[in-house]
Formats: sequence, C-alpha cells, structure tokens
Amino acid sequence: MNKSLLVSLIAIAALAAPMSQAETLRLLTWGGYAPEDVIAKFEAETGHTVEVTTSNNEEMIAKLRATNGGGFDLAQPSQDRISSAQEEFGIYKPIDMSRVNAELFIPSMLSATAGNTTYDGEVYGLPHVWGTSGLVVNTAEAGDVRDYTDLCDASVAGKVSYRLKRPTLIGFAYSMGLDPFAAYGDTEAYQDILDQVEAKLTECKPNVKTYWGGGDEIKNLLRSGEVIASMAWDTGGWQLNADNPDITFVAPEAGALGWIDTFVLPARGRADDAAYDWINFVMQPEIAAMITNTAGNFTAAVDGDAGVNADLKARYQGSFDQEAIDNIKWYPPVPAGLEAMEGSTLDRINAAN
Amino acid sequence: MSSDTSRLGLYLLLAPIFLWLTVLIILPHVGLFIVSISEKVGPRDYDTGFANYAAFFTEPLYWRTFARTTIMSVLATVLTLILGFPIAYYIAKLTKGRAKTTLFLMCMIPFWVSELVRTFGWMILLRETGVFSNLLQYLGLVTGPVEMLYNDAAIMVGLVYTSILFMVVPLVTTLDSLDDSLIEAGYDLGGTNTSIMREIVIPHAMPGIVSGCIVVFMLSLGNYLTPILLGGKDSLWFTGMIYTQFITRFNWELGSAFGFLLLALSSLVVFLGLKVSGQSLSNTMGRS
Repeated sequence: MNKSLLVSLIAIAALAAPMSQAETLRLLTWGGYAPEDVIAKFEAETGHTVEVTTSNNEEMIAKLRATNGGGFDLAQPSQDRISSAQEEFGIYKPIDMSRVNAELFIPSMLSATAGNTTYDGEVYGLPHVWGTSGLVVNTAEAGDVRDYTDLCDASVAGKVSYRLKRPTLIGFAYSMGLDPFAAYGDTEAYQDILDQVEAKLTECKPNVKTYWGGGDEIKNLLRSGEVIASMAWDTGGWQLNADNPDITFVAPEAGALGWIDTFVLPARGRADDAAYDWINFVMQPEIAAMITNTAGNFTAAVDGDAGVNADLKARYQGSFDQEAIDNIKWYPPVPAGLEAMEGSTLDRINAAN
Repeated sequence: MSSDTSRLGLYLLLAPIFLWLTVLIILPHVGLFIVSISEKVGPRDYDTGFANYAAFFTEPLYWRTFARTTIMSVLATVLTLILGFPIAYYIAKLTKGRAKTTLFLMCMIPFWVSELVRTFGWMILLRETGVFSNLLQYLGLVTGPVEMLYNDAAIMVGLVYTSILFMVVPLVTTLDSLDDSLIEAGYDLGGTNTSIMREIVIPHAMPGIVSGCIVVFMLSLGNYLTPILLGGKDSLWFTGMIYTQFITRFNWELGSAFGFLLLALSSLVVFLGLKVSGQSLSNTMGRS
C-alpha cells in the first residue's frame, strides 16, 4: 500500500515537474492563423501544446464574456473591438511589453495598435495579421463595379451579395461621401450618417440576392457564378482568383476598409508563458510567412513578406497600387454603445420590404 | 427503518432527474431571467427593470418578427399534418409486417444525418445552379436558371422536411391502436369514406395529432439553421434575432428577454391550440 502510494507520488511529481514550464495554450483565433505545421514546430521547439478554437470577432468577445475572460489563454480579436470590450466587460489583461520581443514587430503598426487598444493607461493588444475588406468582383461580368454603391447599379441586379454587418454600413457611408469614422465620437452625427446609409441600403435591397453570413458561403456564390459582385475580404477574392482569373479583389474607390487582428490575453487565461512564447514565435519572419501563405493576409512581422509565395504577392499588387494603399480606411476603436445604434439600423434594413 | 431505506432509494432514483432539471434547466433559466431584467445604463453599470420586455412591445420590428415566426410555424405544422397523416395512415393501417417496418425505417433514414447536412442538401437542390434548376432547363421547361432558394417557400420546405418524422411517429402509434373492426363496423353501418374518417379515425387519432402538432410547432418555432440558411434577405426568424442580440450586438439583456418571451408566447400558443382542439396536455402526452 505504502509502496504504491510512494510510486504514484513520484509519478505525480514527475508529471508535475515539466508542467511548470510546458503548458497547454488554448488559442482562440481565426481560421488559417494557426496552421498545423506552425503548431508542430512550436510544440517541438517549446514543449508547450496548442489547442486551437477558430471563431470570429463577435463570437470571441461573446465567449470570453460568458466566462469573464476564462477558458482561453490567447485570443485574436480585431484592434477596434478591444478597448470597448475591455471597458464594458473587463475580459482582457494588459500586455507586459517586457515579455514581448518588440523588434519582431513593424514599429508603426505596433505603436498604432498600442494607441488603439489602450484603456485606462494600459495597452491590451499587439498587432498580428492585417488585411482589408472591399469588393470581390467577377471582372468579366461586372467590370464596372468599382465602388460600394456600384453594387446597387441596375447592371448587376439580383447578382449582388454583401453582409448585413457593420463593415457594409461603413463602406457605403464612405462611398456616399460621408466620413463615419470621424463621427464615431458624435452620436447625433453618426445617427445621421446611419440614417442616410439605411435609406441607401433599403433602396438597394432588390439588387441583393442574399446577405451572406460566412466566408465559405460567399466564395461558393461567386464561384458558381450566382453572384458576380460582392463586398468581402481581400483574401477571399485572392483565393477565388487562383481558381478563376476573372474573379478578384478590387480596392473600392472610396477606400478599402483596413483591419488588424491582434493578440490579447484573456483576463483569466492560465498559460501566460505559453502565450508570450507563441507571440514571439509566430512573429519571426519565416513563421509569419508560413501564416501569410495559409491565411492569405500579411502580418505585422518585420520582413514577414520575404518568404511569401510569389502568386499571393502578385495578387496583392494587382489589387492595391500605392494610391489604394494610402486610401485604406483603418478602423478606429469602436466606442462602447455604437453597436446598439448600428444594430437597430441593420434590423430595420433587414425588415424593410 | 424499512420505510427510511425505501425513501432513500426513492431519493437516489430521483437524484439524476432532479439534478438534470436543476442544473441544466432551472438554474440557467434563473440566470437568464436575472440578465433579462437588468437594463444597461452605461459601461459596467446596470439597473433592474423591465425595459427589455417593454422594448419587445414598443419596437414593431420585434413583435412583427415574432408574429411572422409564429404564423410560419403554424403553417409549417398544418402542412406537416396534411402530409404526415396519409403517410401515417398508410403505414399503420394498410401495410403489415415487413413492409410496415421498411416504410417506417424509410421515414427515419433522413434523420440519420444531422440537420445541417439535410439543410445543405436542400441548398444543393434549390439553388440557381442546383439540381432542380438544371433539370428544369434540361427538360426545356424554363429558358434560364431559376432561383428557388432564399425565400419563404424554401424555409417552409425545409421546416416540413425537418419535422415530418415527429408528426408521423405519434400518428402511427395512435392509429395502430385503432381496432380495424371499428372501421369495418362503420362501413357495415353504411358510412362513407369521409364520414368514417371524420367520425371514427380522426377522433381516435386526435391525441396523436395534437401531440405531433405541438412537437412540430415547437421545433419550427425554435429552429435556427433552416430559416438562416434557406431564408432570403427578408426572412427574419425570431431565434435568429436572439442570436444577433447575444452575439453581434453584445446585448445579452435584450436577448435574454427575447428568450423568455419566446418561451412564454409559444407556451401560450400551445395552450390556445389545446383549448381550441378540446384536448388536455395530460391526455395527449399520456396516450401517445
């Protein structure tokens, strides 16, 4: 009896000893941001294990809110959704910059993200992957679609799809000559913009085939030719371009909408060591290139584009000239409460006949 | 002493169901109710009140969506009954032995795959570049591609398909228990097909009809996948609205209130249905 107790104690001690260093990293991220080969390399190098859950911005926040920031050790929401979520729900913990290898990050992006994710004097986010949303168009059939409002043109009637979400409101507002980001802080001005966009989108509704919900859905619609012009992410357009050269991502005249997905630490995450190890690992140029090759989007890593395959680079350059890059509208942090206003606008558009 | 042991045994036997009810049903609902009566004043600042419930009645969009969902669910229930009754009657009364088992099994086979897969199946059939559209073009019945997806009819097809089994099973059970000699006696006494159906079969099957209708209605009303995937740009469904409030709007307070309203209002509809059909819940649920 005593002997077996001793043996099991030793066994527990033996198990527990490496546990203090090797942890399980529960990563809440987007599809493509944690490819298998990167995980395998990370596990071999550090001894940590990685469990990946893929999600999207809203679900990430909802999941963390449900557990008061528990259940995950590292999450990757977009930078504009961090400070307001922190203000309302307190689901993140501040980044300890001394544990991050800042040299791996492109300095301008690091400081911009730090500025956008500061709440109460603490920085909550580090930049990882960035990209844009704009138009994905079948250029052979809808070559005239160059701006968001062109989706309402009679020539593409019934063959248009976009999401009924906030990027659509923002994109249309810019296309209509308004400046929604400048009005973020001014509730009345923003409501005025929303009302104008609502009128436009309601008028545009007969043109729409369906409002898409997931990335695969819109890719299917475009691939089958049922939809020839849509509002979607740049990567979706480039992936389709590989199958059908007519379909590609077009940076709208009013400006593509730029987002940066970040690293944040959930408030009750348990494996901070593994989380910082992961951040410092994936920001290395060669790993960043591996992620870009699977996710299709570029990263905030210094020299991260060096190892990216030539096709993707060519597609990127085909969609963005320097002017289009300068014209990207980067999402500023969303003030708390703005979603409720946008929500009722979207509801009304959805219900309108 | 012996009564003490038997009482302990009773408690132990009750424990799983009691735990299940408390932990998985009652506690979450209490939590949901507490969330639903908190009103958001500002970040991390909440008041207690019924403003979320009031919002449902003051904002026409919300109760209209609920009304729409209810009406469509009732319609789906009626269609399922109309389709399911002949099937159930055929299985219960006109087939015997092996044929009966085979037919019953065939009704169940689609339910061996998940609802998501079944719904995707319908999307493949109905979409513009889908099977039906191509078939119609091949047969020369239409000239261009036809879009059959993304409208209310597609939702209806999906709902009926998803829930028909839940109508057929209770109907087969009740119709099985109807003695054939009663029908024969009806014919002997000069009854016509319609009068026998009206006077003998339907009254006997009533508990099965009502319990099938309740289940189908509840399944349709609470369905999320089918309306979202098959429905078009105007097709708001109440469960979709609850999802939106919780996930995309971060408005758990309103979402919880909607959840409770769905529970209360759907119970009310079922209650009215029972009253109208002259059945009681214990009668319908007890017999089928």
